[in-house]
Amino acid sequence: MNTLELTGVHQRYDRQPVLDGVDLSVEQGSFTAVLGASGSGKTTLLRVIAGFERIESGVVRLGATVFDDGRSLLPPERRRIGYVPQDGALFPHLRVAANVAFGLPRKAGRQRIGPLLEAVGLTGMERRYPHQLSGGQQQRVALARALAIEPEVVLLDEPFSALDAAMRATVRREVAQILREQGTTTVLVTHDQDEALSMADRVAVLRDGRIVVDAAPEELYRSPLDADLAGFLGEANLLPGTVEGGVARTALGRLVLQDGLAAEWPEPGRGAVVLVRPEQLEVRTRAAVPAGGGIPARVIDRAFFGHDAVLRVVPAVLADGQALLVRVTGHSAPPPGAEVLLTVRAPVMAWPAPHGGGAADEAAPPAS
Amino acid sequence: MTLALPGRRRAPRVLVITSGVIAAALLVPLVFLILQAGQAGWHDVFRLVFRRLTQVLLLNTVQLSVLVSAASAVLGTGAAFLVERTSLPGRRTWAVLVVLPVAVPDFVVGYAWHSMAPALHGLTGATVVMTLAVYPLVYLPVAAALRRADPSEEEVARSLGLGPVETFFRVTLRQIRPALTGGCLLVCLALLAEYGAFEIMRFQTFTTTIFSELTTAFDLPAASGLSLVLVLLGLIVLAGEAGVNTRGRVSRAGGQTTHLRARHRLRGGRLVAALAGMTALAGAALGVPVGTLVYWMVSSHASTLPGASLWGALEHTATYSAVAALVASVLALPVALLAVRFRSVSTMVLERSTFVVQSLPGLVIALALVFFASHYAHRLYQSATLLEVAYAILFFPLALVCVRASVAQAPRRLEEVGRSLGRPPWQVLLRVTLPLVAPGLAAGFCLVFLSAVTELTATLILVPTGVHTLATQFWAYQSNTSYGAAAPYAVVMVALAAAPGYMLTRWFNRDPGEARA
Repeated sequence: MNTLELTGVHQRYDRQPVLDGVDLSVEQGSFTAVLGASGSGKTTLLRVIAGFERIESGVVRLGATVFDDGRSLLPPERRRIGYVPQDGALFPHLRVAANVAFGLPRKAGRQRIGPLLEAVGLTGMERRYPHQLSGGQQQRVALARALAIEPEVVLLDEPFSALDAAMRATVRREVAQILREQGTTTVLVTHDQDEALSMADRVAVLRDGRIVVDAAPEELYRSPLDADLAGFLGEANLLPGTVEGGVARTALGRLVLQDGLAAEWPEPGRGAVVLVRPEQLEVRTRAAVPAGGGIPARVIDRAFFGHDAVLRVVPAVLADGQALLVRVTGHSAPPPGAEVLLTVRAPVMAWPAPHGGGAADEAAPPAS
Repeated sequence: MTLALPGRRRAPRVLVITSGVIAAALLVPLVFLILQAGQAGWHDVFRLVFRRLTQVLLLNTVQLSVLVSAASAVLGTGAAFLVERTSLPGRRTWAVLVVLPVAVPDFVVGYAWHSMAPALHGLTGATVVMTLAVYPLVYLPVAAALRRADPSEEEVARSLGLGPVETFFRVTLRQIRPALTGGCLLVCLALLAEYGAFEIMRFQTFTTTIFSELTTAFDLPAASGLSLVLVLLGLIVLAGEAGVNTRGRVSRAGGQTTHLRARHRLRGGRLVAALAGMTALAGAALGVPVGTLVYWMVSSHASTLPGASLWGALEHTATYSAVAALVASVLALPVALLAVRFRSVSTMVLERSTFVVQSLPGLVIALALVFFASHYAHRLYQSATLLEVAYAILFFPLALVCVRASVAQAPRRLEEVGRSLGRPPWQVLLRVTLPLVAPGLAAGFCLVFLSAVTELTATLILVPTGVHTLATQFWAYQSNTSYGAAAPYAVVMVALAAAPGYMLTRWFNRDPGEARA
């Protein structure tokens, strides 16, 4: 198995560490997204894998082949890594066919162009120049060009960020499908959590030059490592509470914890921060529910997106008037001012509060 | 978000050594100038430098620089504003007409005015002629700055209650100030290097004095002493220019602002005044030289036309200029690659050092090369090679600016993609970098070629005995006031410079999108 493996990779610019001990393992044929905020070092990570940057210490290897161990460096042209940069970076002076054939020997090259362009759905575009293509088409040519050399690994550097929103979803789906059909090992770096969660088998989160977690998308979203990460991956309501016997006591009542959390809980009765995702909250109008079926609350505003809407809701039971985010479908979004009843869909995620004891002051306002 | 981080990439040794040798070769004239002064005796040199004549020359130079810079600033900015920001009829045509004088050599402008108005001479004459010859150096950067400047700043100023005049002085002028100052400093460098126009206008400056010390008095110590002063002045101006370039960065949040701006509507009296002003400027700067040349061509038609010698001169000029242009633009490539792709303090110093040549007038470079050849390389003395070397050194910075711009526009990422597709560095250079940089190399060639065609001073000193170029023939005839015989040479010279000049304007005005993926 040719697993792409990074062990203890360090890299810095001007004494400023950019990669600070990165460990990452990408199995053959899998699709891993590296998710990180601006400046987290994710582009550097990709450039290190491609061979455009040297590392200071650590090891980068593919199966038995050592790419870089801080001393010797395998030059990029001998790594067989397909690289698809942000804007596609097509050679502007070459036609589509010549771009795709760039890494191929002259004769064999011509025969392979057809099937490659067919795979990315651009048959008939051989004689176009890059500037005659749309952004999505350029991305697909860049992908075909990278796939032409039959790479061991394909690297995608925020390849969809330059596309407009309407096109992005389509191109994403197409690219993911092409890569899966080819069975190529893929590493995607992005700051867009939707992109990471929807495209990849594994999502590795890069923070301050380190991979802090590497998990399947569902797991990462449902049981994030900490409150910061929960907020980074999507909207989050964070509530103070206490945990005992697999149940969190919060202002919204007793909420059942996710499986396995209770067993690992450090000390019963210790303060906790409880994560309730906006889609775990449900609102109903008072008329529709018999008495006692929920927590009374008031809608203070509403962001309407069409397919769904996000409400800000203040429950009477929250002493400090903290507002909670609630995601509802666009069809049944109550207007601002409406009095509603809240219910929570357990199980929920929780972490021990930073300093034990009373967790009330550690609870952060809902991240959006 | 993907910043091109200055990685720890070490520059290939071949590139460093090549660029180092080129930079050293460019500084050779400066070294020889100092050696020469040393050989003449520093005592003599100091005595010659600190005499009254130097004071007079200094005063003349400063007076002229102030007058011409101020006049060029007003004419250049005014014309640029009318073309870029008002509803002036025929803007595209005016934009070409007011830039064209840059293709007419300064000494031809001088000749035209002198033959038309012989009374015009001295400081007044020099100011008029030089302003008309060099104001495009201000016009071009200011017009570019006006095109680039964020229109919303002016709109905000207007919405905050400022009138158009106040807006111009408090907002627009600030936006274009780096371009305006930079243009004025270029004017100063041009004035320091100019010789022919001053000789015609009988206005004494460093160059005219050095030239006569050298060719009539054969006083080498005096010539080299004054050259050192001239170089020092040039370095001061150059330092000022570097300061403007680093301070002139304007920060702007958000992307490019290319939205259409409303132009100032010109009506009635203002429209008439604007049209009259533009007509007068184009007439004086372009109409007079062209008209004079045509007049002398026509009126001397009866006299014998120098057919054969014109062809010979054309051939020499074209050959020398083409060789120099080829050498300069090819040598600019390694320096540009090193400076752009492997940016570090040392590569920046290396690149900057080649720009020091800008402060060396052609006369000084010629002088240093004469000293070099007569002492160390007799076979080169009076050879075409030496003249070509002089051109290549003199105009190297022009080639570097063009090549550097296109290297900077060719994203490094494309080279990286080439590498990751399995191509070794030399193949990437041939198949990716060179095709991308080719327009810059061509532009560098054109710019050096047209500058060499219209060069006079170094040519007069270095041209091999018995060989005539367009510039030397023109100069010889006009010195004898044989205006009619001189005219054809100037016409051919301007025509020879016009073709690459036209290609250059296309390069500068091309759509930036064409170069992008």
